[in-house]
Formats: sequence, structure tokens, C-alpha cells
Amino acid sequence: MNAEILMCPPDYFGIEYEINPWMNRDKPADHAKATEQWNALHSILSDLGAEIQLLRPVKGLPDSVFTANAGLVFGDRVVLSRFRHPQRQGEEDVDEDWFTRHRFTVEKLPADRFFEGAGDALFCGDELFAGYRMRSDVRGHQLLGEMLGCRVLPVELVDDYYYHLDTCFCPLAPGVAIYFPGAFDEYGRKALQEHVDELIEVGEAEARSFACNAVVVGESVVTNIGCPRLQSVLKANGFTPIATPLSEFVKAGGSAKCLTLRLDGEEAAGWKAMAGREKAN
Amino acid sequence: MSEHSQDNAGSDKNLATDEARILAASVVTERVEVQGHILDSLLLPKILDLITSNGGRFVITEMSVGQAATDASYALLDLATDSVEQMEAVLAAIEVHGAAPIETVDARLEAVDIEGALPEGFYSTTNHRSEIRIDGDWVPVQDQEMDCGIVVDPVLNTARCKPMCDAELGERFVVGHLGVRIFAESTSESGQGFEFMNSAVSSEKPKQVAVRRVAEQLFQARQEGKKTLIVGGPAIIHTGSGEHLETLIRDGYVDLLFAGNALATHDIEHAMFGTSLGVRLACGEIVEAGHEHHLRAINRIRRAGGIRPAVENGILSSGVMYQCVKNDVDYLLAGSIRDDGPLPDVETDAIEAQRQMREKIRDLSFCLMIATTLHSIAVGNLLPASVGVVCVDINPSTVIKLSDRGSSQTVGVVTDVEPFMRALVAELQRMSAPAGSTGV
Repeated sequence: MNAEILMCPPDYFGIEYEINPWMNRDKPADHAKATEQWNALHSILSDLGAEIQLLRPVKGLPDSVFTANAGLVFGDRVVLSRFRHPQRQGEEDVDEDWFTRHRFTVEKLPADRFFEGAGDALFCGDELFAGYRMRSDVRGHQLLGEMLGCRVLPVELVDDYYYHLDTCFCPLAPGVAIYFPGAFDEYGRKALQEHVDELIEVGEAEARSFACNAVVVGESVVTNIGCPRLQSVLKANGFTPIATPLSEFVKAGGSAKCLTLRLDGEEAAGWKAMAGREKAN
Repeated sequence: MSEHSQDNAGSDKNLATDEARILAASVVTERVEVQGHILDSLLLPKILDLITSNGGRFVITEMSVGQAATDASYALLDLATDSVEQMEAVLAAIEVHGAAPIETVDARLEAVDIEGALPEGFYSTTNHRSEIRIDGDWVPVQDQEMDCGIVVDPVLNTARCKPMCDAELGERFVVGHLGVRIFAESTSESGQGFEFMNSAVSSEKPKQVAVRRVAEQLFQARQEGKKTLIVGGPAIIHTGSGEHLETLIRDGYVDLLFAGNALATHDIEHAMFGTSLGVRLACGEIVEAGHEHHLRAINRIRRAGGIRPAVENGILSSGVMYQCVKNDVDYLLAGSIRDDGPLPDVETDAIEAQRQMREKIRDLSFCLMIATTLHSIAVGNLLPASVGVVCVDINPSTVIKLSDRGSSQTVGVVTDVEPFMRALVAELQRMSAPAGSTGV
């Protein structure tokens, strides 16, 4: 089965507010350029064989282009996000509507828990690594573990520039991931080192170019441009790196991964491999 | 990974620490819980480190470790800090990591089903100021006393400590720990001024400083009209210190005296025969048939119908008990199984004696315990931790026993009673001498 990815056209994308250090209303995104960059990413992913689903863009919800934050997919279930910032809370209804109209059973955390979907919760093998403090809260993650019956390892995000886990950590395959150590504290780094067999470090300059915000389809790893060192490391490890410019989205604090939500489960998710095996049997 | 690697070394060390000591030495305590994959994610070690780096202390009260990979672990932590501000800082630091206070529910109440016994699982009190949550409000617990239950008045929504033997059918007592919080006093903050000797009971501490501090406590209490209690043993009389105690009573430093049959008996023996246990106090000689003196003294008081009638009839005209009657100092003599006589004033029903003690100590501010082990412990058990206690004894084990039984606010002075009391009286007289007077 081909990869299935949810994207949202950048029709209403723009820097309309500032909810992370990347955003600056004085440095607006170039809309035409953003559309061009988004289309290029769409083409790359389609060319990789992914089936792209589209979420209808809504005026006034500029960040809905970042579909990674719509929810966390687990088989046919999706745990809907509960955004911390009111500016993004309007996306929840739009996302829920899309998921319910497709094959997903939507589940929600209690109203007093913040959780920002695949932006902050990433499977790597059987473990769900979950970033907290900036956007999602750790008690929400604990509930997530109970809901999904999986092991959730919360890691604190300590650098404002890496406010979502997917800006500084990206599982490539079960047991393999890239990460930027500076985004975590000592405990978080140790927890990652302990539970990811092969953890590839990304340097600060490339992390700032959103090297960790990668879309993985099979062995292909799509990132923003400006990450040559990571690209050579990926090649050496048997992956195929693809770079595409995403500067207009970086202005809003997002890049390739943020612009996508893998609907059939990430390559690195242990449950996906398991489901695949069961199906084959 | 090993879940008890280096990172957990701090918690292991603290697990082994004496729980009571950690909490008793603190002003504020809270209970928090944290759950999830807190070991693998190193969240628990992080939380524990944050507690200590913010000046808090902790005891892991409960801990369950998930067996299967998907099982969550759980830890219940008792936190302690020296101030409310510090506790707020600790809670703020750990809350974002998932450690949340659990005292957000009302205290659970259960009705007494057997008279004189508490419901199974009753909350057993400490001597520290406590509050319980009723209908969402924190209500102070009155008559704070260790080893009791907490009874709740359903109409007034008030709470107080009550010993199990007094539990009446239908009364509702707190069960379990939820909805109860304690504010442990720190001896260093109770203003007793004994910080220099808080750490240990030692015979190697400067006595003069201790005497001065006790004198200041008594002096201040008298100035401010606060109530002081002396708990005394017969050694006060045997060592010839009775006259010093008489001075304290006469000068208004004593509001209440707790003792046994022995102190009163030997005091009266001395008043009538000049001896204590047959030894002439003036010269230390053993008097012939002196061992009968105390029995004869008791007999005279019994014939008179009690100490007060004996004073009124002129049969008893000096001594500690005489001064108590003359100066209207309330006293309670509690009996023991080896008592001779006893004097008619002695309350021989131990439970009744406890009840009377409880009534009398309600508004106490300072307690000086002199040369008595069992009485000190008995009174120590009844006192809330907010009452300053100084225990003077030649035997260090008396003070240690008192502290071990939870009266952690006790300051011990290991010394011979007579020189201590002599110095105490001299110090008080110096303090009350008019300014400019050189005194002696």
C-alpha cells in the first residue's frame, strides 16, 4: 500500500500572529513563493508514490497548512489535537470534520490537556516519543499512553525555537532517528539515547534550517534545503535525501514534516510494521 | 536500560532516609503523584532532582513499576519544605513535568460503629498543625494531638483530634490520608532560640546559654500573659531544688504543674519532716525511721481530706504544693501503679488523667519538663508541636525518648537538676530586676 499523506493548500497561509520565535509579522511570507514551494513538496511526495489527501483551507486559519498538528494517527484511530494557542484552536473542528468523514475514529483528550498531534508525538518502534512543555503538556501524554496502550516517553523541549518535537527529532525507521541534542535537557537526551538504537545527531546550523523536520516515505527523506551534512549522513546510512526550498514556511516555524500528516502511519511506527505483517498473514 | 542507574542514586538515598525525620523537621508538606513511563523517560529522576534543587525534600511513599513495556509506573511523593513560598516554588517546578498535588478531594469520613474504637483505616494524627478538606474548603483541625483520630462535626463543619477511647457511636472520623494536610513546625522557626542545640541531645552544650533561653521563655510568657506548664519529677525534691520551684511559682512563672504522687509526697514530707525519702535535705543525713516519713505525710494529708484542706487547716505550711495552693496554680497529680498512699488529690484513673491534662493544656505556650521520664512522655504525647518544650534531665535518654515518640520540638538540656534550677531562678531574678540595678 502506498503512503497516504494529508496536506492543506496554503491558500490562506500567512504570518498573521506570533506564537513562536520564528514568527514575525514584520517579515511576512511571500504568498506566491509559498504556493510554489508547497506545490514542489506536493510533487516530490506524489512522485515518491504517496497518495495525497487534501484538507480544505479555511480563511483565518493560516496555520492549518501544518497538518502534522491535526492529530496523532494510530491505525484507524486519531487522537485529535487540543491546541494551546487560541489562534489555532479553530483548526480542531475543521480537522475533526475531515477525520470523521474519512475512515477515522476520532478520540479526544480532556479539555484541560494540551496536545498538538504528530507535531509533538512521534512513534519510533514501539515507543511513542512525546515532546512537552512548549505546546503539549506531559499529563496529556500520560493519558495518551493509557488510551493507546503504548509506552509513552515524554521528553521536555527546552529551546523555544524547537517548540514541537518534530522540529528537533525525526524517526526514520524503527530504532533509527535524527535529533538535535540542544533542544533537549540532559534527561531527555539520555532517554532518547537509551531508547533509540541509532540516533543521528544534527548540528545546530542545520537544525535551524529545520533539518529534523523531515518527511519520510520509504527510504526517502525530504527536508528543507540547507542541510548538506545531514544529507551525506543519510546517504551513508542507506537513505535517499531530497531537499526542497521551504523558506516561506520556515518564517512561520514549520517545514516539510509540519506540512504533512502521514495517515497510514509513519515508516518508523512499530504498530504499522505489525499491522503490515498481520495483513500479509 | 537499568532503571536504577546513576540517575536514581539520589532517590535511593532518600528512600532510605527516615521519613518521620524529613517531614517533622519541616514547615510545609504536600503530597503529589506522578504516573506514566516515568522511569524510562527519566521523568521521575528529573522531578526528584527538581524538588531538591528547589530546596525541598521528599519521601517516596508509594511506588509501583510497570511490568510490561506498555504498563505505566506510579509514584506517590510526600514533599516537605521550610516555607510556604518554597513549597510553591517546588510545586511550580515539578507540575509541568506531570507531578500534581493529589489533595484535591475531600477527606473521606466514616462513622464510628463500635464505641471506643475508630473505623478501620482511620487517619492517625501527628502533633503538627493540620487541616482537612470538607466540601472543598480546608478546615483547621482543633486540639491537635498525636496518635488520635480526627472527628468532624457535621453541623458546624469543624474538625478536632479525638482519642480512640472517646469515640462515640455515629461520630464521623477521617479515614485514609486524602484530604488531610499537615503544616509541620520547624523548631528553628518556632522562635525558641535554641537553634544552637537543635541538632542533638548532648551533655556537651553550654548550659548557661540554655538556662538563659529557658529563662527568656518563662519571662516572656509571664510578660505576655501566656500559659506555662511545668512537668516535674520527685528528683526536684530529692536534689533540694524544691525551693527553686517554689520561687518560680511565687514569682508567677508557673501556671500549671503536672506531676505524680511522688513529687507531691516528698515535697510534703520535706515540709513536715525536713526529709525527702528519709534524707535530711539540709545536711544529707539519713534520719532514723526516715523511710516512714513520706507515709506519715501522706497519711496526714489523707486525714485532712486533701492538699488544699491541709493548707487551709495549717497542717501544710510550706513547699511546692503549698505554694501552688497559695498562688492559685492549677496542678494535676496523676497516679501510677507503684504509688504509696496515694495522696487523695492523685487521679488514679490514667484515662481520666489524660482527659484532664488535655483540658488543661488547651492554651499552653511553653512547657518545661524537669527530671521525669514517664510524665514527660505522657505530656509530650498530648502537646501540639506548636508548644515549645524544654526537657531537663541528667539522663540523655529521657530527651531522646521524647523526640523518638514524635515530640520533635523538644529541646533537651542534659544536666543536674539543682544547679540548673538555681541558675534559672538567678537568671529570672536578674531579668526582672529594675534597669540599672546591678543585682547579684
